[in-house]
Amino acid sequence: MRRAMNVRPAAGARILLAIIPFLLIAVVYVLGSAERRAANPNDKLLPPVSEMVQTTTRMATEPDRRTGEITMVADTVSSLQRLALGLGIATLTGLTLGIALGILPAFNAAGGSLVAVISMVPPMAILPILFIIFGLGELSKVALIVIGVAPPIVRDIAMTVQAIPVEQLVKAQTLGASTWQTVLRVALPQALPRLIEVVRLQIGPAFLFLIAAEAIAADSGLGYRIFLVRRYLAMDVILPYVAWITLLAFLMDWALAKLARSAFPWAYAEERR
Amino acid sequence: MSAISVRNVWVEFGDQVVIENLNLEIASGSFVSVVGPSGCGKSTFLRMVLGQDRPTRGALLLDGRPLRDEPDADRGVVFQRYSVFPHMTVLANVVAGYEFAQSPLLGRLFGRAKRQAVEKAEELIEAVGLAAHRHKYPLALSGGMQQRLAIAQALAKDPKILLLDEPFGALDPGTRAQMHALLKPLWARLGMTVIMVTHDLREAFGLGTRVVAFDKVRHDPQAPGRFGARVTYDLDLTREGPVPVLGFQKPPAPQPLVASD
Ligand SMILES: Nc1ncnc2c1ncn2[C@@H]1O[C@H](COP(=O)(O)OP(=O)(O)O)[C@@H](O)[C@H]1O
Ligand SMILES: [Mg+2]
Repeated sequence: MRRAMNVRPAAGARILLAIIPFLLIAVVYVLGSAERRAANPNDKLLPPVSEMVQTTTRMATEPDRRTGEITMVADTVSSLQRLALGLGIATLTGLTLGIALGILPAFNAAGGSLVAVISMVPPMAILPILFIIFGLGELSKVALIVIGVAPPIVRDIAMTVQAIPVEQLVKAQTLGASTWQTVLRVALPQALPRLIEVVRLQIGPAFLFLIAAEAIAADSGLGYRIFLVRRYLAMDVILPYVAWITLLAFLMDWALAKLARSAFPWAYAEERR
Repeated sequence: MSAISVRNVWVEFGDQVVIENLNLEIASGSFVSVVGPSGCGKSTFLRMVLGQDRPTRGALLLDGRPLRDEPDADRGVVFQRYSVFPHMTVLANVVAGYEFAQSPLLGRLFGRAKRQAVEKAEELIEAVGLAAHRHKYPLALSGGMQQRLAIAQALAKDPKILLLDEPFGALDPGTRAQMHALLKPLWARLGMTVIMVTHDLREAFGLGTRVVAFDKVRHDPQAPGRFGARVTYDLDLTREGPVPVLGFQKPPAPQPLVASD
């Protein structure tokens, strides 16, 4: 018998193994839901799949009587807009500040400890401040995502750039590169694959901050809807919405992973399968 | 011309003296091998000539004028490791040298300027025998091929001084011999001043026109950092015939691999 760490499933078995846990969860849910319905026909906690499909279809296809918009589409669009803006601004800030901190010793001396302290501020604790300053509109939600997500990106990119062997920076200078050219041709390209990895890791926190902000003050959005229908114990809306958010996050993560591997093949040459 | 003068140079890290009172006159176009035990300050000396480190006291002159105290295109370097850019192909690694000079804002060339740079780079890549691999990334190259690339890259800027820090230390003997056969004619043709740190005495004597040995001569058992390294041997190998001190025979100059233009 080989050691457990040396047992590698073949390609087919791998797919099967990946599906099994999902199937198990589905089966457990269907059984549980049927059981509760049998005990209490008005049970709200575990609605049957058919009910959820019905509700979801209605929310994803029929326009709302009051607003005239298709609820789920409108919610998704406004949430994704906030998320994209927040993550985008955080990514750009993280990249610029991170590279500057990583490559300029003087800038690091001036800003390094400030960034370390700021990244320890709990973003949720300053959400009220954001509402006070930016009002209840879009800006405060985007700002919360930026404040929550940018500091870890800044620190990670700074560390990545600092980990570039000094030999490479010296080498660039012996080839006549200025600081700016070294940033552009040596530091930036080597930071980009890591940037994508960090952004992938920050998708989860970004959704957390988005939904928290929407729960408190919004008039549309995925998080807003979930917290709105909570009052009616509408699990047939909440569960599909949670699944939809998870799917969106998963797809973003997957797309970024694909992008990193196709755009920066050199960075993944030694990856362990 | 590229003569280097080292005048009364001391290097200290905290209270550890690494190099004490070093004086060297290196003639233009010579090939100086630097040998000595590990940790005696050979790399420190090289980094100082490179401008990466600064002497605590003393002065370094290039043709009588103070050396710039940061790396520049006058001084090419090949380190033992991490010398090439892992995110650029072989060709891009060499082309980068031309792009830095001609494109201050983007560090990239396009169109005709790019084609000319690629042409020059391909000549160098050909000379170090990597033509077949020019579109590979360094990770896909063996150690010997990476060092060849590092040499081609360092030569792209036509530096006055070439600094080599144990460039072939990690290579097997066969590859190392190939590298010697590559380097010697390149140096003879381009005429720059070379300083090479090595642990391999055969290499030091085989390639160099001069061998300088560093070592600590004084030891204080109570304070190991109190004394630094000095030059203990300084051998001129330009005269023909055996070198008497260590009994090494100077091998005949290898035939150039590369046709000179
Ligand atoms: N940046 C540094 N800070 C402190 N000590 C250093 C530094 N660089 C080198 N040294 C010390 O200087 C000595 C010489 O190092 P080095 O020049 O690398 O030796 P060699 O290349 O001859 O093996 C070593 O004892 C090393 O610990
Ligand atoms: Mg060394």
